[in-house]
Amino acid sequence: MTSDQRVDVRKTYKLFIGGAFPRSESGRSYPVTGAEGGFLANAARASRKDVRDAVVAARKAFPGWSARTPYNRGQILYRIAEMLEGRRAQFVAELRDAGLGKGAAGAEVDAAVDRWVWYAGWADKLAAVAGNANPVAGPFFTFSTPEPTGVVGSVAPDGPLLDLVSALAPVIVSGNTAVVVASEPAPLPAITFAEVLATSDLPGGVVNLLTGRRAELAPWLAGHMDVNALDLTGVAETDVKPLAEAAAGNLKRVFRDPVRADAEDPGTARMQAFLEIKTVWHPVGV
Amino acid sequence: MSTETVPPGRGAAGLRAFLHGLPGVDRVGADERAARLATRSIKTTAKAQAIDLAIAMVDLTTLEGADTPGKVRALCAKAARPDPEDRSVPPVAAVCVYSDLVGVAVEALDGTGIGVASVATAFPSGRAPLAAKLADVRAAVAAGAAEIDMVIDRGAFLAGDYATVDAEIRAVREACGDAHLKVILETGELVTYDNVRRASWLAMDAGADFIKTSTGKVSPAATLPVTLVMLEAVRDYRAATGRTVGVKPAGGIRTTKDALKYLVLVNETAGPDWLTPDLFRLGASSLLNDLLMQRRKLTTGVYSGPDHFTLD
Repeated sequence: MTSDQRVDVRKTYKLFIGGAFPRSESGRSYPVTGAEGGFLANAARASRKDVRDAVVAARKAFPGWSARTPYNRGQILYRIAEMLEGRRAQFVAELRDAGLGKGAAGAEVDAAVDRWVWYAGWADKLAAVAGNANPVAGPFFTFSTPEPTGVVGSVAPDGPLLDLVSALAPVIVSGNTAVVVASEPAPLPAITFAEVLATSDLPGGVVNLLTGRRAELAPWLAGHMDVNALDLTGVAETDVKPLAEAAAGNLKRVFRDPVRADAEDPGTARMQAFLEIKTVWHPVGV
Repeated sequence: MSTETVPPGRGAAGLRAFLHGLPGVDRVGADERAARLATRSIKTTAKAQAIDLAIAMVDLTTLEGADTPGKVRALCAKAARPDPEDRSVPPVAAVCVYSDLVGVAVEALDGTGIGVASVATAFPSGRAPLAAKLADVRAAVAAGAAEIDMVIDRGAFLAGDYATVDAEIRAVREACGDAHLKVILETGELVTYDNVRRASWLAMDAGADFIKTSTGKVSPAATLPVTLVMLEAVRDYRAATGRTVGVKPAGGIRTTKDALKYLVLVNETAGPDWLTPDLFRLGASSLLNDLLMQRRKLTTGVYSGPDHFTLD
């Protein structure tokens, strides 16, 4: 090697907790391979203590994020879509590494941006659609308004980008904060996506991304008494029952529904799953 | 540390000569030692024991201008039964309130064996005439306080007027009667570790039963290195005089991890004799919930959340 040959500066893939990129507390990592089985990079292998730290960060971020106006949340989500679009070439390259063909990788990034924008638009419309001014036979107004559930733990499906986006956007758009276990076979685009989140005015802790073994992390997330809802979309059918039982400890909402590939209509079920409807009465003329 | 010389007789010059004759504290060394001890790992059964010990050492504190009798009663209920769902959790060591709320706390804690500690002497600044400070102390003692947490006159101490500080502590000691006296050094305002060591010796010599780091109203409050210096002081004081004085770090201790670090520090510096609520206390309010959450994690196997414990 001659002295003018440059050494590559390789990225260390870490976790995303509380707006920072720490290594796993355990110091562990696992090799991620591409479609042909070749080595791509080492991803951090999160431990239960990383889950705990992520939940603490998400809980801390919840009051601030949920108190933002829906308009402001929508603006931040749009900004995330802009950042994602700006890194299109980088994501296409990462998705190709993960095994997608050239056309498929481009289509996946486009779909992810479009999906994110679709959800961003819902920020200031959810209350009108999911809430209601209820008719009453008396001198009162009564309103039902959707409110965020709290900290949502998600186990994302295998897909490298669109699945992650589809699991994450509907959770945070309504003011929830999220702890997401990224795709186990293809975690690298998720961490690159965290770099998008970190540069989009999204407050630290609103989204926390963990990479590692689902089977190891999901039970800690399911049992955690400070997690309010659970998205088990990325969990195998056979593992759902024990996780749902663990989630019953503090009556978490448990949601599991395959991500819809249809770009036109992802549906509002994912957003509504992590909302609580509050109904209040107001006397008239006071 | 060479402190075979028992503090000499009174006299401002003698006191000053003694305090300034104390060996200096190696600041870097103290920081390093505290940081190294903080890396000790306490797990499983040892952790369970340490958590219970830490709970039993907590001085559950509420020192806000907005304290109401109702809040004090709620705090007392929590002190007696920290976790209503688990009877095996030990009660805390004491409840610490302002002097005018001592009566409420004494009534609420009647029959539980938990003492009431009261801050007095124009807490937290200590800026009041001596007569007012003593009246504050007497009122708290008359209302039933078992422990008095006084603040030293930092202004006088920093001006080098050690005799005034000494006389004030002695006067308060006298006014306390049978009540235990904790002397708050407010280490955040003493600037150097040398001053912390001097203030510790001054307070112990004047009759303190406990030396306490801080009021909790000044930042930095309790830190590990400052507590290390104070633990060395009580250890050396016992070696020199035979009298055992307790230590109470207060303020800024919020997590179980912090509390366990202090316990390690006590064990390694003063020795296991001090690992008892009679000689080591943790002044805290939010710490207790974290200890309870960690305890429940150990008993149930899942992480707990603040939703399941009282707000206070």
